Amino acid sequence: MNVVLAKTDTGRALSDSFALARARLPGAGKVADLRRQAFDAYERAGLPHRRIEDWKYTDLRVLMREVLPLAAAPDRAALTRADAALKLHAIKSVRRLVLVDGVFAPKLSDTADLENGLGIRTLREVLEGGDAALQAQLFTPDNSDSMVALNSAMVTDGLVIEVADGAVLTQPLHIVHIASGGTPAAMFTRSLLRLGKAAGATLVESYIATEGAKAYQVHDSLVISIGDDARLHHVRLIEDGREAFNISSAVVTLGAHAHFNTFGMTSGASVSRYQAVVVFAGKGSRVETNGVNLLNGRQHADTTLFLDHAVPNCASREIFRAVVDDRGHSVFQGRIIVRPGAQKTDAKMMTRALLLSDEAEADNKPELEIFADDVTCGHGATTGALDESLLFYLRARGLSETEAQALLIQAFVGEAIESIVNDDLRELAIAAAQRWLAARG
Amino acid sequence: MSAVQETVDRVRRIDVDQYRYGFETLIESDKAPKGLSEDTVRFISAKKNEPAWMLEWRLEAYRRWLTMTEPKWARVHYPKIDYQDLYYYSAPKKKEIGSLDEVDPEILKTYEKLGIPLREVEMLEGVVRPEGERRIAVDAVFDSVSVATTFQKELKQAGVIFMPISEAIREHPELVKKYLGTVVPTSDNYFATLNSAVFSDGSFVYVPPGVRCPMELSTYFRINERNTGQFERTLIIADKGAYVSYLEGCTAPQRDENQLHAAVVELVTLDDAEIKYSTVQNWYPGNSEGKGGIYNFVTKRGDCRGDNSKISWTQVETGSAITWKYPSCILRGDNSRGEFYSIAISNGHQQVDSGTKMIHLGKNTTSRIISKGIAAGVSQNTYRGLVTAHRKATGARNFTACDSLLIGDKCGAHTVPYIEAKNSSALFEHEATTSKISEDVLFYCVQRGLSQEEAVGLVVNGFVKDVLQQLPMEFAVEAQKLISISLEGSVG
Amino acid sequence: MPLLEVRNLQVRVEEREILHGLSLVVNKGEVHAIMGPNGSGKSTLSHVIAGKPGYEVTGGEILFEGEDLLAMSPEERSAKGVFLAFQYPVEIPGVTTMTFLRTALNAQRKARGQTEFLVPDFLRKVRKVADSLNIPMDMLKRGVNVGFSGGEKKRNEILQMALFEPSLCILDEMDSGLDIDALRVAADGVNALRSPDRAVVVITHYQRLLNYIVPDFVHVMSKGRVVKSGGKELALELEASGYARFDDAA
Repeated sequence: MNVVLAKTDTGRALSDSFALARARLPGAGKVADLRRQAFDAYERAGLPHRRIEDWKYTDLRVLMREVLPLAAAPDRAALTRADAALKLHAIKSVRRLVLVDGVFAPKLSDTADLENGLGIRTLREVLEGGDAALQAQLFTPDNSDSMVALNSAMVTDGLVIEVADGAVLTQPLHIVHIASGGTPAAMFTRSLLRLGKAAGATLVESYIATEGAKAYQVHDSLVISIGDDARLHHVRLIEDGREAFNISSAVVTLGAHAHFNTFGMTSGASVSRYQAVVVFAGKGSRVETNGVNLLNGRQHADTTLFLDHAVPNCASREIFRAVVDDRGHSVFQGRIIVRPGAQKTDAKMMTRALLLSDEAEADNKPELEIFADDVTCGHGATTGALDESLLFYLRARGLSETEAQALLIQAFVGEAIESIVNDDLRELAIAAAQRWLAARG
Repeated sequence: MSAVQETVDRVRRIDVDQYRYGFETLIESDKAPKGLSEDTVRFISAKKNEPAWMLEWRLEAYRRWLTMTEPKWARVHYPKIDYQDLYYYSAPKKKEIGSLDEVDPEILKTYEKLGIPLREVEMLEGVVRPEGERRIAVDAVFDSVSVATTFQKELKQAGVIFMPISEAIREHPELVKKYLGTVVPTSDNYFATLNSAVFSDGSFVYVPPGVRCPMELSTYFRINERNTGQFERTLIIADKGAYVSYLEGCTAPQRDENQLHAAVVELVTLDDAEIKYSTVQNWYPGNSEGKGGIYNFVTKRGDCRGDNSKISWTQVETGSAITWKYPSCILRGDNSRGEFYSIAISNGHQQVDSGTKMIHLGKNTTSRIISKGIAAGVSQNTYRGLVTAHRKATGARNFTACDSLLIGDKCGAHTVPYIEAKNSSALFEHEATTSKISEDVLFYCVQRGLSQEEAVGLVVNGFVKDVLQQLPMEFAVEAQKLISISLEGSVG
Repeated sequence: MPLLEVRNLQVRVEEREILHGLSLVVNKGEVHAIMGPNGSGKSTLSHVIAGKPGYEVTGGEILFEGEDLLAMSPEERSAKGVFLAFQYPVEIPGVTTMTFLRTALNAQRKARGQTEFLVPDFLRKVRKVADSLNIPMDMLKRGVNVGFSGGEKKRNEILQMALFEPSLCILDEMDSGLDIDALRVAADGVNALRSPDRAVVVITHYQRLLNYIVPDFVHVMSKGRVVKSGGKELALELEASGYARFDDAA
């Protein structure tokens, strides 16, 4: 290895770990080159810190300090523990695709009887195979973000899902990331979902851990392309262990007259960051991107969304709610750009934070960048505590303080959760929110 | 004659390039050698007959500046500034001015043309004198020096000190020492540090306890000399229970090269005091091809140091090729209040990155931000603001409304708010909208007989009304006209 | 010479022809009603006369007092005396109605080479007109149409009409969104402006309005043409039989 930069111990350890891991990383030739470039990009920048504008509120040099070594492939014991965890987080009538410690686990997954038009492969297969175009698409995420670069370099497995033109899946796809939690380690995954023209699908992603999992790091990324007239409903649930790090990125590209509805809820992990780029590449498309952070203890959760209105006549709606207790720290950064010529763009964003404790923190950065004049764009942001007069009203009607708070919090996050299209998934999110509230006591 | 009509007439009278203050005054001046070094700093300090402590203060800033780099985070793009290719000091050649009669008549003419009353009986141009006595004391800063300060005697009777800061350093060293650099420290940022090293003049105001300043104070800045940076420094202190309203205006000749303006303004309010600071910034914005214009890198900050104190910034930004400016409030005292009202207009090739910071530190502090950005031509107009409440700032309140208006499809309007709450009793509300002047509204107006230009002027003046109302009346009228002039040529 | 003469007018909007050769003659002192179903081109006609952008005149001409109206800018037409009362008057936040009225009136007067009104004269004039229309002065201190009810917006249009004293008043769907009382007030305002020096063109879908503003002539439009013209009895005929039979005529 040709290392010219002076490095910290952490940096050196990671370089070594990349060198060590290389043998396990799928793909040769062009793929190996792309990994090498990505790793160089990561090495030049290192972990993002507060002086990197996009990471202003999530300084990984302070919060994460180091990237853990690549997790070992799961052994039989790990898979058994993972299976137990799955039972606790089962969702009815979905097609389950499981990644344990960053490696696809066929025995825990449902890959039989695929609906017409649905193709599922593992990332490993694709990177080791010969489909250069698909491989190139898998490496489209922008390495100028060093955590994306790190993921590009180290990615070991994931799912590559293709839905053919006109195929509308009836069964939701559920990708489950499980940390088996034996030793502190990092997992690097990337998945791709390609929806053909007029196709339709529902994708759920869950991040969970086995009982008593140690500190671990999830480094995940997702590449989605939605064809003309296609629609995707997407739900992400971060229920990682309380010592975990979850750093995820997504790049979503929409064709014309497409529809993307996405909802994310973070109640787990010690430090999490979800950064999504949504690009409108075809006219007349619509995106709803909503989310809820439910944080307590010393949890830190950062949602950073970038909506890129590159073409005319598209609409986007963002609703974000954060409920922060104890010394939790919620971050929402929402950037909307309307590029020159993207006339008739209709973009709205509303972010609200509810602080339940004097030591809680919420940072909001809703940003508008507008380069076209015939647009309707706006954003709003509020931060505050629960309304005392409402609390009093409910208590006067006989609710305990906790019950009253729970009711108001449910109402507060309700608007974001209501946007989930699929009934079962909406119920699931509501249930998760209720569990969080119940745990507050 | 209606204001709109008058504006339009005025527009027709002025040059194609619209800027009406673009003339140059030919006078002999006394300059420091080109470039920046410790010697330049010593030269300026010596010119001002400064005490040793002031020179030390400057040198320390200069040494600090050498270690710093120009900030790059704002949405403004410009060629690299060659700091060695500037003059840091330029003063009209005429020493020891005793009375206005001794001021170079060319300079007097300049201010006359600008409509600035250096004779104590005059008023701002174009304004009907309102009922009752309403006067403005003016400090006129021409390049690096103050050439005249009016009403000093009368102000002195009230106990108000209003004088060039260079004089204040000599005459009131205890006050200057106590407050200078306490709001904007010498190490604050690249441009503020540069200013600390080389500032040449500016205004100093001290309003003693319990005094309500008997008139509006104002400073009028004029950059005249070629290749000259203007680095003025303003320090205003409102002692306990005092009140002062201060106005600032700026213009510069029309030149092909860019000129640097890096000012620092520090405001301090003690218990129960209030400062109202209004700016109409009309530096030369460059020509229609984007050539020339002022680079305006300004650090303005107010410190509500005392309980129940208030600082209010109102700005109308129409000029400069580049505006980099964030008048801010540190709400340190309990129950203190900060306000920021802004109209920022960009046309042609102008780039504006402006906003505010409201830093809530004390209990029950409140702040309000109303920002109106208007982008036309191929300009870029960014609002950038920070609202933050620290752990102990219980009961902090902020309301922010940022509205942007786009005229034409070649310009950009951007909003970058940072909203940080670190305690649960903070209540923040922020809203932002971006829109254009609707075709329907324009057609409605022209159907009723207004021209396109008049219609745009009318709608824009309606859009910015909330902010205009915050300006003292004389300035409001000027500002209203300026807004229409600035947008001249934006519709076609 | 007729006040307004529309000759064989053809108009397109985004490649679609809306008016296919429409003709109309209006003399001073007359009140014309233009009726027709939705999409017949009534509003297009009013917009083209007033000069709204977005319409392409591909044939025919419009003469106003013998002059080529289509060659004039919208504000020139306004100064000449063409007034369009909008179906949906726009809101202009931050600009008080009073300021707007004064600015517009003086712009028109100036364009006609008349002296501008001084503030006290102007106020006196506005007060008189506002009183007659039951418009409280407080309303005029608010932003133009901002927060006005449907009725208030229409009354504000009539107020402007009375104030500007145009020679041609075009009322585009004046009755839309008005209850019967509001309609009566608005119609009284219009009737008060009827004079031998002025013509009124009432564009409406319903006959109802014509009970209050009684026309001298009624024209029925269908598919971009005037398909039948007659006296006020034609409106009643329409009321009874509907527009359907005229579709065939078009």
